[in-house]
Amino acid sequence: MSSDHKKHIDAVTGVATTGHEWDGVRELNMPLPRWWLWIFYATIIWSIGYWIVYPAWPLVTTHTSGVFNWNARQAIIDDMATLKAQRAVMTDRIAAAPLEDILSDSQMLSFARAQGRAAFADNCAPCHGAGGGGMRGYPNLVDDDWLWGGKLQDIALTLRHGIRSTDDKGRMGVMPAFGRDKILERPDILAVADYVRSLSTLSVTKGADLARGKKVFAENCAACHGENAKGNREIGAPDLTDQIWLFGSGRDVIVEGIINGRGSVMPAWGGRLDDTTIKSLAVYVHTLGGGQK
Amino acid sequence: MHQTNALPAKAITLSEAAAALTFAILSFSSLIVAAMAHTSEYAFHAYLFAAGSLAAVFAIIDRYYNRPADKPALMIDGKPNYNMGPVKFATVAAVFWGIAGFTVGLWAALELAFPVLNFDLPWLSFGRIRPLHTSAVIFAFGGNVLIGTSFYVVQRTSRARLAGDLAPWFVVLGYNFFIVIAGTGYLLGITQSKEYAEPEWYADLWLTIVWVVYFLVYLGTLMRRSEPHIYVANWFYLAFILTIAVLHLGNNAAIPVSLFSPKSYIVWSGVQDAMVQWWYGHNAVGFFLTAGFLGIMYYFIPKRADRPVYSYRLSIVHFWSLIFLYIWAGPHHLHYTALPDWAQTLGMTFSIMLWMPSWGGMINGLMTLSGAWDKLRTDPVLRMMVVSVAFYGMSTFEGPLMSVKAVNSLSHYTDWTIGHVHSGALGWVGYISFGAIYCLVPWLWNRERLYSNKLVEWHFWISTIGIVLYISAMWVSGILQGLMWRAYTSLGFLEYSFIETVEAMHPFYVIRALGGALFLAGALLMVFNLWKTVNAQEAVSPVESALVPAE
Amino acid sequence: MSLWSKHAIFEKNSIILVIGVLIVISIGGLVEIVPLFYLKSTIEKVQGMRPYSPLELAGRNIYVREGCYNCHSQMIRPLRDEVERYGHYSLAAESMYDRPFQWGSKRTGPDLARVGGKYSDEWHRDHLNRPSSVVPGTVMPAYPWLARTDLDFAHIQDDLKVQAKLGVPYSAEMIANAMNDVKIQATTDHADVTELEKRYLKAQARDYDGNPQRITEADALIAYLQMLGTQVDFKLYDNKANIR
Ligand code: HEC
Ligand code: HEC
Ligand code: HEC
Ligand code: HEM
Ligand code: HEM
Ligand SMILES: [Ca+2]
Ligand SMILES: [Ca+2]
Ligand SMILES: [Cu+2]
Repeated sequence: MSSDHKKHIDAVTGVATTGHEWDGVRELNMPLPRWWLWIFYATIIWSIGYWIVYPAWPLVTTHTSGVFNWNARQAIIDDMATLKAQRAVMTDRIAAAPLEDILSDSQMLSFARAQGRAAFADNCAPCHGAGGGGMRGYPNLVDDDWLWGGKLQDIALTLRHGIRSTDDKGRMGVMPAFGRDKILERPDILAVADYVRSLSTLSVTKGADLARGKKVFAENCAACHGENAKGNREIGAPDLTDQIWLFGSGRDVIVEGIINGRGSVMPAWGGRLDDTTIKSLAVYVHTLGGGQK
Repeated sequence: MHQTNALPAKAITLSEAAAALTFAILSFSSLIVAAMAHTSEYAFHAYLFAAGSLAAVFAIIDRYYNRPADKPALMIDGKPNYNMGPVKFATVAAVFWGIAGFTVGLWAALELAFPVLNFDLPWLSFGRIRPLHTSAVIFAFGGNVLIGTSFYVVQRTSRARLAGDLAPWFVVLGYNFFIVIAGTGYLLGITQSKEYAEPEWYADLWLTIVWVVYFLVYLGTLMRRSEPHIYVANWFYLAFILTIAVLHLGNNAAIPVSLFSPKSYIVWSGVQDAMVQWWYGHNAVGFFLTAGFLGIMYYFIPKRADRPVYSYRLSIVHFWSLIFLYIWAGPHHLHYTALPDWAQTLGMTFSIMLWMPSWGGMINGLMTLSGAWDKLRTDPVLRMMVVSVAFYGMSTFEGPLMSVKAVNSLSHYTDWTIGHVHSGALGWVGYISFGAIYCLVPWLWNRERLYSNKLVEWHFWISTIGIVLYISAMWVSGILQGLMWRAYTSLGFLEYSFIETVEAMHPFYVIRALGGALFLAGALLMVFNLWKTVNAQEAVSPVESALVPAE
Repeated sequence: MSLWSKHAIFEKNSIILVIGVLIVISIGGLVEIVPLFYLKSTIEKVQGMRPYSPLELAGRNIYVREGCYNCHSQMIRPLRDEVERYGHYSLAAESMYDRPFQWGSKRTGPDLARVGGKYSDEWHRDHLNRPSSVVPGTVMPAYPWLARTDLDFAHIQDDLKVQAKLGVPYSAEMIANAMNDVKIQATTDHADVTELEKRYLKAQARDYDGNPQRITEADALIAYLQMLGTQVDFKLYDNKANIR
């Protein structure tokens, strides 16, 4: 090609080089590989086809929309509609049925449990554990010990509006911070902590003043936890005699709770999950083992 | 200009004086910034700037006293007087940062397999380590390989000494200073969170200056060339340098909160920022990890194989189509996001069209071996580079495949992307770099040959097993993850919780870490081999005579 | 043959090569980026979006600093499983005040675009302090230093100022009150909370980190997490409004 260099033929391939040489490197003047060129053309043609079918090129005020007017947002709306329709036979029934009826209808029950299981795994398990077994600060949902009641309606209400959540219709009521707000003196706090432990037959520290603890309890705690410390589901005050602990039974833990108060939060799911899902979840939780009639 | 009789009096050049003065001013103002900095991390960086520029002042003055009065000659006895000092520096730096980057990658991999390894330390936690790894391997390791080889190749193929006197040193030292600022910044929590562009505004500014000088040195050398034509490797290097400059400026456009704060806010926001980011991010792949390394391939493979480049015409077509099409493909990182559909379509179709232009490089690399395939058996360095090109072909087939929206809806967000990245990164970028370094070290240090070819064999096989373990583990885990996320039960509900998918990844994360460890082990063998090459052999008179066939 | 020799012009003149490269690489970027600034379909109108409150912004900066985007996306794709798992697909408008955007590219952990309100502050506290204490199989690192470190918001005004310069609708009043707004929002039942709510619609003010005495980095980060995805009310949002 270029005239300023003498022609040079590569000995191995017998093909001419371009005649140039850089630091000993030459270039063969091979033609473009055919297959390469054809595939390249094919990808271009395919792309042009794709542009005709799908939204592709920006214009001055809009963009080309493609022959079918396809777009991702319409597609997901349609997709979700299809999914909804596919489940509709059962979800419509669940939506219409009172909670108790779902329990007694084996078809609805198994569907609701399947829906509940799926929703539970991503939304509830992070707090209540994978099987609903709970963990420190987050109640066990498998046993029959309930803070707010284990009837279907109770559970559904808890789910829909949450506990101490941002939803006003939710369950409210917190335990005061007796220490921080200077309601009780430290000796009283220690005494009542020992007393509470004694209620569940836990060992108490040597020389604990249980009588004083009992008095403090009657004056400060009984209003919520009850005379006999059996708790009050109206305000979510736990039973302190049943040896089931939300936060733990250690003296330090109890003391810390009395000092700083208690009142853990469960979010409201009403806005986030649809109503059928919440019903299914209630059924699912109810049938985990502790559901009450 | 030249005085012939009287010995020229040694005088400080204008550029020496100006550079020394500029650095002195920078040093002083950095001290002021350090004193007024809003955070101690930023003050630390300001002190680094002060110390670095002070060191530069001393170095310039010291060099002035030690240098001969005359400028180095451009030609000696009709042969170019190459400037290989900065090339040597970049080569050593590349090896150093390579080991550092692989080690940090291995650590990140181990953290995902065994999260206790985060040790509850801010600077060791995965979110800070991961960008450290990506920047260390791409910019510190890859960048030094690119700067070093480009300075080498442009000189040799232009038969001209590198342009500039202080400038080439400013490029390599300034660039590595940037790396130090970027890396320590990540560990201290200074980041813009723009993937592959994480360094904050002041590091970005510094890099801009370094990069402009890099471009000028490179272009200056090309303009000095005594060859009539510009060799194809230089087209690629040039496109890489230019495009990275454009991308860097576009993606890092930001306003600092204050001169005394490391924090800045990006000029773009939301969707526009996402598009700019992946215009940058994809083309960091296209021009840093592809065009630049193709430049390496176009010199080192024909040189090592002692064969002509397969097809000049293919070079032309694939060069222009590659750089034209690459720029469009960014939106394939944003499929199904809030980016408008039309842009996604462009990203997808241009990625598909990019397939053959990418393979043009592979064909030119592989077919250059025609007539010399037997060398693969005896020369493990050449074999490494050829396998590298094969990996390049593989990842540029996988890339267009992943750009198809239907495929991407599965692969996006998963380990599949990580597998794709590392087949390109370990296989292509890693191996072509190792090959180039194995070639360069004996050439630069005037050693007859590498200390041990056997060790290169070992390096090759150990790291190949490592790569295979790494990418196959990621393919399996990525596809598994994608399938688990979208798995539905027969009643039409999601089958797996997110955490179940996390738990399912564990075995693959362990295998990946093992693969990474092997890759690192191979690289350590290379370090030993290179060390011995330089230190256990006598220097020979410049080997170039043996390499340049007499004409 | 002759066409090929035309290429010599690029090979013989480095400046022409430079110009050629610059032209070729400009086209794609311009065509894809520029329309995003003017096409109506990109600039959706959605009710509820407001700039980050100073405390949320400080929290976001911690999110950036710790590199949470390396594991978490904030972009729910319009795909069935994602909408079911995470909620309504993300709208472009929802990240209009994000500089830089935080869509992410890898989901080692779940998407966080709508994590606001999904958990309690206590849960986030426990989770950030030691993720495995609440989610045993997690690979997320622990961030115990957040609750230990006081939030540095001495210069938060400057952050708002710079963003205002860039077009974020921070009013002079918001900028003037920035530091105070941090304190208001990090306090339960602060006397001036209605002021804050006037400036930042639906801003939630409370002690987020369980330590009313201090304003820590955990306060800020949790405040940010708790507002993610809560600004647009999808009960009121018309899905057909932004078909594009
Ligand atoms: C942020 C953590 C968190 C999440 C997520 C969470 N919960 Fe709860 N949940 C709690 C806490 C804390 C309580 C106990 C509140 C109290 O102490 O009264 C609770 C209580 C409950 C109760 C009442 C238990 C009783 O004894 O009365 C039920 C039922 C329940 N949760 C079900 C669920 C379901 C179903 C989900 C998922 C849709 C869920 N929770 C999600 C934290 C959470
Ligand atoms: C205003 C109501 C109220 C008062 C008064 C009250 N509590 Fe509570 N208490 C609660 C509530 C509600 C809870 C549960 C909080 C939760 O679930 O987060 C609770 C929880 C507890 C717990 C934790 C139980 C567990 O399972 O871990 C202990 C222990 C406790 N209270 C002891 C006391 C003592 C001792 C007093 C008096 C000094 C007292 N409470 C006064 C409402 C009250
Ligand atoms: C190594 C990866 C990793 C990093 C880094 C990381 N996370 Fe996570 N994150 C996870 C994983 C895995 C999960 C899922 C399991 C769990 O809940 O811990 C998760 C879960 C979460 C969740 C719960 C989401 C949900 O809907 O259940 C939040 C909130 C969260 N992370 C916030 C953060 C923040 C804030 C940071 C940075 C300060 C961060 N993460 C850094 C991996 C990570
Ligand atoms: C010892 C070798 C290496 C190991 C063990 C390793 C490990 C890792 C790990 C664990 C991650 C994070 C993945 C995740 O978030 O899930 C990662 C990301 C990454 N690595 Fe490596 N790496 C190695 C070498 C390299 C090399 C040589 C390069 C480039 C030249 C590279 C480039 C990258 C990039 C670009 C990412 C980010 C990927 C993305 O965001 O999608 N790595 N690596
Ligand atoms: C024709 C060529 C290529 C195409 C079309 C392509 C396409 C893609 C696609 C579709 C993704 C996934 C985006 C996502 O879902 O998030 C991706 C990611 C990536 N690719 Fe490629 N690829 C190509 C070549 C390469 C090569 C050669 C490398 C180099 C070493 C490489 C490095 C990367 C990296 C680092 C990422 C991860 C980006 C991130 O998310 O952080 N690619 N590529
Ligand atoms: Ca940057
Ligand atoms: Ca606080
Ligand atoms: Cu890409």
